[in-house]
Amino acid sequence: MNTTTLLIARRIGIAALTLLLVSVVVFSITSVLPGDAAQAALGQSATPEMIAALRAQMGLDAPAYLRYLHWLGGLLSGNPGQSLSNNTPVAQLIGLRLPKSLWLAGAAAALSVPIALSIGIVSAMHRGSYLDRGLSLVTLGMVAVPEFLVATVAVLIFAVKLHWLSALSYTPDTPGLGQFLRAYAMPVMTLSFVVVAQMARMTRAAVVDQVSRPYVEMAILKGASPARIVLRHALPNAAGPIANAIALSLSYLLGGAIIVETIFNFPGIASLMVDAVTNRDMPLLQACAMIFCCAYLALVLLADVFAIISSPKLRHR
Amino acid sequence: MIEKQSLHRREVLRGLTAAAVAAAMGSGIGRAVAGAAESPSNAVPRRGGRIRVASVSSSTADTLDPAKGALSTDYARANMIYSGLTQFDSALNAQPALAEEIHDSGRVLWTLKLRKGVQFHDGKPLTAADVVYSLMRHKTPGTASKVKPIADQFEEVKATGPGEVQIRLTGANADLPAILATTHFLIVQEGTTDFRSRVVGTGPYKCKEFNPGVRTVGTRNPNYWKDGKPYLDEIELVGITDESARVNALLSGDVQLVNAVDPRSIRRVTASAGHAVQETKSGLYTDLIMRQDMSPTGHPDFVLAMKYLLNRELTRKALFRGYATLANDQPIPPGNRYYLADLPQRPYDPERARFLLKKAGLSGTRLVVYASPAAEGSVDMASLLQLSAAEVGLNLAVSRVPADGYWSNHWMKHPLGFGNINPRPTADLLFSTCFKSDAPWNESGWKNEQFDRLLLAARGEADETKRKQMYGDMQVLVHEKGGIGIPVFISLIDGYDRRLRGYGSIPIGGLMGYSFADNVWLDA
Repeated sequence: MNTTTLLIARRIGIAALTLLLVSVVVFSITSVLPGDAAQAALGQSATPEMIAALRAQMGLDAPAYLRYLHWLGGLLSGNPGQSLSNNTPVAQLIGLRLPKSLWLAGAAAALSVPIALSIGIVSAMHRGSYLDRGLSLVTLGMVAVPEFLVATVAVLIFAVKLHWLSALSYTPDTPGLGQFLRAYAMPVMTLSFVVVAQMARMTRAAVVDQVSRPYVEMAILKGASPARIVLRHALPNAAGPIANAIALSLSYLLGGAIIVETIFNFPGIASLMVDAVTNRDMPLLQACAMIFCCAYLALVLLADVFAIISSPKLRHR
Repeated sequence: MIEKQSLHRREVLRGLTAAAVAAAMGSGIGRAVAGAAESPSNAVPRRGGRIRVASVSSSTADTLDPAKGALSTDYARANMIYSGLTQFDSALNAQPALAEEIHDSGRVLWTLKLRKGVQFHDGKPLTAADVVYSLMRHKTPGTASKVKPIADQFEEVKATGPGEVQIRLTGANADLPAILATTHFLIVQEGTTDFRSRVVGTGPYKCKEFNPGVRTVGTRNPNYWKDGKPYLDEIELVGITDESARVNALLSGDVQLVNAVDPRSIRRVTASAGHAVQETKSGLYTDLIMRQDMSPTGHPDFVLAMKYLLNRELTRKALFRGYATLANDQPIPPGNRYYLADLPQRPYDPERARFLLKKAGLSGTRLVVYASPAAEGSVDMASLLQLSAAEVGLNLAVSRVPADGYWSNHWMKHPLGFGNINPRPTADLLFSTCFKSDAPWNESGWKNEQFDRLLLAARGEADETKRKQMYGDMQVLVHEKGGIGIPVFISLIDGYDRRLRGYGSIPIGGLMGYSFADNVWLDA
């Protein structure tokens, strides 16, 4: 177990270092965006004296490295600063949106992971059969259909024609189960549509890869049933790649949900970040970027840890 | 409205004061006059109900500060919560609101008598000090007001009595009542600097919740100064950026009112039994800009040739499905009281254009025309122009550039490109900001001394007939010599639930000139 702990500790250290580097990259990239918050706020009506006054008010006249250190210090002490476009603390803005995004991502994950795993494993168990081909056709079709089409068609059918669900998915802060389902049904369905297909394909590929290995051949020769071969022998060895595929798909659920957020008018964190870009609201933009990066690193780290722990080879070393 | 226009401005305002008093006394006819724009339906307004309204944009830059409002959602929100000194009616005339009477001397010194008994949402009475504060804050650079250049003409604003405010302008301006009716000049409480959370105003709805980029909720102000208004219990204002999502939300019954419906979606809305569209014929236009300080677009014959190459009828029919009004290369729309109806309509005449181009020695010239989704309809207009130009031997290449950054990086920076100008409340504001030789958005860099002189003279002119004559002359100048071509005025289209009554149009913008909250009720 010692080596495993060491391995995990090293991964965490690397993740922290990555985050630091990302903070530099995020800060410098956002600094080279043309225009700043003062110009964005004043728009067409800007005059040079008004821009200068507003810049001083927003603290944009300090040199870049000082602003970076100030920002980094704030981040480390848990204060990502003030939003430039509406003068409220960034933490408060994110605090309003992040829980909703997490709920959405959580619900989509809870729905899509079991479905994707089942599809992938069943396909792998029945490699080459009509069932496998049918599932492949469906999942490949799902990957190919863009999510704005899925979302728009879903709205047209379930909201405009049938009036079953709401075309908008705004919920009160403490929704009841009925409200929650009504508001989240279509966004969750749309998001699941995309990620299920990807995860199912990856799962199938990982399991199939294991099934062609000599040790599985051995198990077959020993007379194990197909279900036992896949579930007992192949799956534990495929867990690492599967976990990584799931982590990649899930990280998309948080930051990549922008199309779903736009179509359903869902007040999530992806649209918050898009607002921040349009308004050149750097503190907010940087905070959002750091959150996405953290979430991504955390998921990948979890997947790595899971792979290390679950892999029979590493476990018995 | 026609008799009123011939009246002296002061008499008009006085006459309306009388009507407003009559309304306060409960006269049904008086109420209809005092209201901004009543719907043609005769139904008696009903109290109660809740609606959700979706406007075109919403982001974390949403603001409760009227001085900073930039987009239709901001304007609609501000008009829910605040009232102005004056307000527009459906013909864009300024009617008395918080200012009960307005007098002037020489169009320079204006005296405003405030309505008595008006309360802010927190119960404090409206005083002259609130008005002075609301107007003067625009002049402070730190306020970051969108209308600072306009407010700079307030030389002095002071309280001359408990309910009286005096405004001294730097120069004569007969349009002050109209300027005060614009959203940016709505009245806030004295000393308000924090507009982040719940603010108070004197408007029809109290701010119950404000969540930037998500929604604004207003509840009925029981002490509103307009008798019997407002009608609804609650209004929720959200922003839905995606047009088809907005229309879907309307059709699915999730919202009862939306703005900025694409002409292509109109059939979907009208096909639904429970929904209708409201067309507002506005002064909004997308124009072809020919920079006068660049070559070859500065050549007068080139300018005229391009104006003859604009296929206005086709633009109106094909691009806007008929939801547009033919324009005549000058910015004052039909319906404005200073519109010069006698100006002959410039036709689509490729032969004339060919002749003019040949005369200028520009046949066979190759030019790039810049268009962007930022300027509504400009990409399609550019393609139409390209086809017409090819027929007369002018080789145009259309460069389509993204909306983000169009206004700062491309607009007015190329010899040939497109611009987009929003409706302005007065002819003076439009001409001063977009056509005066030194105007900040003089799109074509057009310089005409005669025009500048007329503009200044018209601003302070007391005689309405002379003033109309001057604005007419200015329209002729822009039509004949200006460096821009305006094919059509684009109509604003709102979609609404038929149960929503009292809805109409005020041509300063969609959502009933942003003041729907003051007028609508729900016929459940």
